[in-house]
Amino acid sequence: METEIRLRVDGQEHEVAVDTRTTVLDALRERLGITSPKKGCDHGQCGSCTVLLDGRRATTCLALAVAHDGAEIVTAEGLGTDGELHPVQEAFVDHDALQCGYCTPGQVCSAVGVLREAAQGWPSVVTEVGAEGDIVLDQEEIAERMSGNLCRCGAYVNIVSAVAAAAEAEGAGR
Amino acid sequence: MKPFRYERATDAAHAVATVAAHPGAAFLGAGTNLVDHLKLGITAPDLLVDVSRLPLDEVAELDDGGLRVGANVRNADLAAHPAVRARYPVLSQALLSGASGQLRNLATTGGNLLQRTRCAYFQDPSTPCNKRDPGSGCAALEGWTRYHAILGASSHCVAVHPSDMAVAMAALDAVVVTLGPDGERRIPVTDFHRLPGDAPHRDTVLRHGELITAVELPGLPWAARSRYRKVRDRASYAFALVSVAVALDLEDDGRTVREARIALGGIAHKPWRAERAEQALRGLPATEESCRTAADAETADAHPLRDNAFKIPLVHNTLVAVVRDLVPETPGSSLEGAR
Ligand SMILES: Cc1cc2nc3c(=O)[nH]c(=O)nc-3n(C[C@H](O)[C@H](O)[C@H](O)COP(=O)(O)OP(=O)(O)OC[C@H]3O[C@@H](n4cnc5c(N)ncnc54)[C@H](O)[C@@H]3O)c2cc1C
Ligand code: FES
Ligand code: FES
Repeated sequence: METEIRLRVDGQEHEVAVDTRTTVLDALRERLGITSPKKGCDHGQCGSCTVLLDGRRATTCLALAVAHDGAEIVTAEGLGTDGELHPVQEAFVDHDALQCGYCTPGQVCSAVGVLREAAQGWPSVVTEVGAEGDIVLDQEEIAERMSGNLCRCGAYVNIVSAVAAAAEAEGAGR
Repeated sequence: MKPFRYERATDAAHAVATVAAHPGAAFLGAGTNLVDHLKLGITAPDLLVDVSRLPLDEVAELDDGGLRVGANVRNADLAAHPAVRARYPVLSQALLSGASGQLRNLATTGGNLLQRTRCAYFQDPSTPCNKRDPGSGCAALEGWTRYHAILGASSHCVAVHPSDMAVAMAALDAVVVTLGPDGERRIPVTDFHRLPGDAPHRDTVLRHGELITAVELPGLPWAARSRYRKVRDRASYAFALVSVAVALDLEDDGRTVREARIALGGIAHKPWRAERAEQALRGLPATEESCRTAADAETADAHPLRDNAFKIPLVHNTLVAVVRDLVPETPGSSLEGAR
């Protein structure tokens, strides 16, 4: 049962025929050859398949492609501009925030989402109740907000520093 | 995964008519639970009716000061909604303690209420499970029961309901609004989920083809003093061992409990409204001692399984901790000690 759908991925339009059972992750990797989103657990548990889906970070392994016809997707590959790394990617490199790198594309997309969510004032479960305005992305906030991304190499300490540095750089740029 | 047809609903009535007319059909929200089950082989619908683009995505004010939350409002948006944060912090916190940021960006209010148990035996089709496969038995009864029920279970099923959001909604007396083939129904969330009895495969009182369109949160000004606390095996991104939702109305002395709304998660087949604890706490000062009395009242009939007797003291300690967060410190308060 193939259906034709349209996906805009990293700025490029694609038309792709997918079986109704195809997930967004499989459509990207297997049909379009876009392999930066990784398949880790395939059950929503590890975060390695995270992309920015219509502007928000989202896991893609449990999302059916047919249900996301017309979606705008940005993967880790499409984050940079003109051959330059995205500031979050730079921060990951600067802070040595990876070992094998398998979880990294998902971590990076998630971190970009975290910065946007914090900039909009979205709370996390560790944000004090009643706190208003800017979210200060301290270590506790970053760890909580990034907890949907698991890293088998255990590179967490440096991932948290990378996200903190990116948050600080962004704050400075505002 | 068995092949299935996919249809996008054009409006709520169309979605209801399509699923109602088709025994093998299911509604699709974001799919974060349903698609997982398709992959695991737990369920095999032959038609999915996608309701996720229906315009049921608003949080609207109600005349009584409450809120009407559309079934398609995403968990992340509901948690961040200024009115929810200000008036029902317990709900915002419950949502934020569930799943991960990237799942909450997808998960819908309707789908969250209907997510199924995370019981390891339910999720493993190679083991017997009366919930997945009625009449096959329950592997959990003689199995690993750290996560299972201590209240309201039966010899047919000891699984717990996994939703955090629903626990907060149970404390708030929320009402689930549905559209079925026979029209609209309003079901208090405390009556929405079922205890297992001898039919654990039926999680809720919904009928086939009945669509959740909204959840209404009644106006409850004192719910501004409310909190959710979730205790789990790791600091984040895990299901609850025990969770406690509390809203407190205090007398003018800032200490005596006028009214309390308490619900517990991780301990029963449904979000557990703790009416006995509420009753016990009414009129008492909000101290550690009275919290323990209240928890005693609630857990008096608990039936722990092999691996989960720890949940009884955990309910006690968590209730004390939540109330401690809610009651402004008074010198000499015996809650001090629990800090
Ligand atoms: C790794 C992981 C961790 C998680 N951790 C937590 C956690 O800690 N706490 C927690 O509470 N949740 C947790 N969740 C569960 C998550 O919150 C649910 O999967 C999600 O809320 C379901 O919403 P959905 O829109 O994706 O539903 P779907 O998967 O689309 O649907 C779920 C069910 O609801 C039905 N349905 C959907 N919408 C409607 C409607 N409007 N009317 C009638 N029926 C409908 C579907 O037919 C299906 O049976 C976790 C999930 C994952 C994958
Ligand atoms: S592959 Fe999607 S969360 Fe693990
Ligand atoms: S760097 Fe290896 S999994 Fe994270």
